[in-house]
Amino acid sequence: MEKLLQVNQLETQFTKDKEKLKILRGVSFHINKGEVLGLVGESGCGKSLTSLSIMKLFKGTSGEIAGGRIVFKGEDLTHRSEREMRKIRGKQMAMIFQEPMTSLNPVMKIGEQLLEPIRLHLDLNEKQAKEHVIYILKKVGIPRAEEIIYEFPHQLSGGMRQRIMIAMAMSCNPQLLIADEPTTALDVTIQAQILELMKQLQKEEGMSVLLITHDLGVVAEMCDRVAVMYAGRVVEEANVFDLFESPKHPYTKGLIGSVPKIGQRKDKLTSIKGNVPDPSNMPKGCKFAPRCNDAKAICFEEEPNATDLGNGRMCSCWMFEEGRENVYA
Amino acid sequence: MEIIKEVNAYTPVIPKKKYSPVKEFFKNWKKQKTAFWASIFILLLIIIAIIGPYIAPYDPYEPDYNSTLQGPSKEHWAGTDEYGRDIFSRLLVGSRISLGVSFLAVFLGAAGGILLGLISGYFGGWLDRIIMRGSDVMFAFPDLLLAIAIVAILGPGLTNVVIAVSIFSIPSFARLVRGSTLEGKETVFVEAAKSMGASHRRIMFKHIFPETLGSLIVFITMRIGTAILAASSLSFLGLGASPETPDWGAMLSIGRDYLGTASHVVMMPGLAIFLTVLAFNLVGDGLRDVLDPKTKNE
Repeated sequence: MEKLLQVNQLETQFTKDKEKLKILRGVSFHINKGEVLGLVGESGCGKSLTSLSIMKLFKGTSGEIAGGRIVFKGEDLTHRSEREMRKIRGKQMAMIFQEPMTSLNPVMKIGEQLLEPIRLHLDLNEKQAKEHVIYILKKVGIPRAEEIIYEFPHQLSGGMRQRIMIAMAMSCNPQLLIADEPTTALDVTIQAQILELMKQLQKEEGMSVLLITHDLGVVAEMCDRVAVMYAGRVVEEANVFDLFESPKHPYTKGLIGSVPKIGQRKDKLTSIKGNVPDPSNMPKGCKFAPRCNDAKAICFEEEPNATDLGNGRMCSCWMFEEGRENVYA
Repeated sequence: MEIIKEVNAYTPVIPKKKYSPVKEFFKNWKKQKTAFWASIFILLLIIIAIIGPYIAPYDPYEPDYNSTLQGPSKEHWAGTDEYGRDIFSRLLVGSRISLGVSFLAVFLGAAGGILLGLISGYFGGWLDRIIMRGSDVMFAFPDLLLAIAIVAILGPGLTNVVIAVSIFSIPSFARLVRGSTLEGKETVFVEAAKSMGASHRRIMFKHIFPETLGSLIVFITMRIGTAILAASSLSFLGLGASPETPDWGAMLSIGRDYLGTASHVVMMPGLAIFLTVLAFNLVGDGLRDVLDPKTKNE
């Protein structure tokens, strides 16, 4: 299958008081054309930063890409200028944010906001642009689209606003849609509707989606493949069936194990002990070792490399490293 | 017992009320009693400034040596000055100068300040440092002193008064706008706009600038009051309008020689300045209460 986006050993760092702090420490994954990749992991592991790095939306912070490559449609984006990136953003890759309540400008009419990317990227006259806005609004299931374009964001509910955001992101037919926890702020019934809508649009348009979430239920529902992130690195990559069927990395096992199952009576929910390590004070060796039940001496000494387990599966754990018999027995 | 045979499936039709921010504003505005009347006063003043010369009962420049320094009477509502010119007529005609100068100065100053504030807050870094240090230097001078210095350099005259007042207005506008810009650029919708490929200019003017409008309108209103005072002070000091022009400040300046004998010559233009500045400040206060959501309904 053709690869749309390839992220290779991506490193992103922030500078504070002349000290460099690496948050992404070599993130690698790829997205095929027309597939939904789930990026999961707990808060603070660098999921959102990965998406911002792909779009290169660092303006105003000290963030910068320190290493690695981002290849989109065969072209290296890593050294693209801000001006060149602007042509890509919104047109070829678009983004949906977590908070639909705040991601629309409160003092701008809905139609006006939707026209923004269309005016920027598509060569349409005013009348065609307006028709296009109404067309995509109808496509994302907004009733009375002709009237809604003259209303302000505060007149709409959270679910409706997220639909507007999706419409805005979809308006220029991007090949890649980055959805950063698009349903976290919505209630469960609306969540299902929005996911359903995204799935449907993705199928119709054949675009690729990078879905960032910490909800494994959403992953199971939506994704073709999953990349599991931990402490600024992808620790496991697998297709969604394999991942839930037989998780390899101890962290993935822990994540899946911590989801409560319906019908199961338990006094205490399963959890992974400990916390995500502080990026300024990372442990030596495997970053998960201090929380891992199967950690051996080597895990505290050296960081394991990604091992190809066949069938598109990757896992970074000493358990699967070549010659593991010697170190892990 | 009566049996209900038919269920009347009547769903009440809720009349869709169209939301209009303008209507909402006027509704709240009427609740601000003092500010409401002050705004009507200003409206009248603006009308007078436009039609003043046509409704003035006497020629404001025509001396009448038979009736100099007369107190207020039926013929001369505000009395006459040392050349026998009708003070009321001069006030009517002068309102155009006072309002014109202050409006122009404040809008020029606001335009400059908004631009600098947006650039400074949005881009940050060395640009921000230069602009803010520059305005710190300007802030170190008392407003009027700075204006006097500028007029001293440029030479007296109304045009230079406008320039001077607008220049000393720039830093305070720049600071105000910079503050809201810093806040605005962190919002999610600005990030969302960036993720759609919007340019810096577009984000600054289309997304961040409207956010600052609320506090800006309040500040502009307040600032007009200050500008009227400043322009009048400059004319009073002989740096603005020439003495024969019916500028309120210039009229005060001439009148001070007769303070003991015919105090109305000073009182009338003084009263005009006082009421106008007060009205602008009251309107500014009222606007702040209406436009700032934090102080609403308190």
